[in-house]
Amino acid sequence: MNAFVFYPLAALTIAATVGVVATRNPVRSALSLVAALLLLAGFFVGLQAHLIAALQVIVYAGAVMVLFLFVITLLNLQPDPNDSPRPYTMELAVGSAVVIAGTLGSVLWGAVLPAGTDAPLPESFGTTVELARQLFSRHLVAFELTSVLLLVAVVGAVVLAKRDDIAPEDGAEG
Amino acid sequence: MFDIGPNHYLVLSAVLFMIGAVGVVIRRNIIIIFMSVEIMLNAANLAFVAAANRLGNLDGQTMVLFVMTVAAAEVAVGLAVILALFRNRQTVNADEIALLKW
Repeated sequence: MNAFVFYPLAALTIAATVGVVATRNPVRSALSLVAALLLLAGFFVGLQAHLIAALQVIVYAGAVMVLFLFVITLLNLQPDPNDSPRPYTMELAVGSAVVIAGTLGSVLWGAVLPAGTDAPLPESFGTTVELARQLFSRHLVAFELTSVLLLVAVVGAVVLAKRDDIAPEDGAEG
Repeated sequence: MFDIGPNHYLVLSAVLFMIGAVGVVIRRNIIIIFMSVEIMLNAANLAFVAAANRLGNLDGQTMVLFVMTVAAAEVAVGLAVILALFRNRQTVNADEIALLKW
């Protein structure tokens, strides 16, 4: 990825992420997160992860965040003036986060990743065909288990969010 | 500095992760805490994809696929829990939902 693309994109992503954490208004927070997710999809495209980038936009920004916005609208959340942190928490949290991020960043900056090959990546790297090949051969068990997980999640979400105070219709018993 | 390699992406991933962690610690609104957790998950996804790119191995991208699936399932169930909680306590302030039994 070009440096002239990477640095502005990274700065925007960090700004969007800080926007999620810093704003009082939950709707603005959710929209900042949508922006951050879309910017991350841009990074994925630059990293030859085309299917992942498309799924990030469709699934994460397009379904998960819509779910968040639905719940925020359903609960009718207003900007909450009581949402400020306790007296010294803000300074402590940001201070320790800067220290940890600095340490982590400096370690990762000097990290030497194992060399794969220096050959350029094949054209089909990160496409649907190649990922499907991986998913249906090496990672088949995990794939099947995630389908079970999704079923459990759907049933669980319906059961948890169900309202008990609405009376059943005549003829339906329990 | 101008030759963008995997280390750049890893540092960015670390920064995004810590921003999400700060969000979890500082905020009291449960939904915003939840969104900060999503930020952390996405930072990890970025690290995985960068590693996959560097190693020429698709395992990283497969892992991202699974992380996205699990995150979607987790958001569905988590938001359902928040809805049920809101119905009972009429609040989304994490400090007020401090007792397991009221």
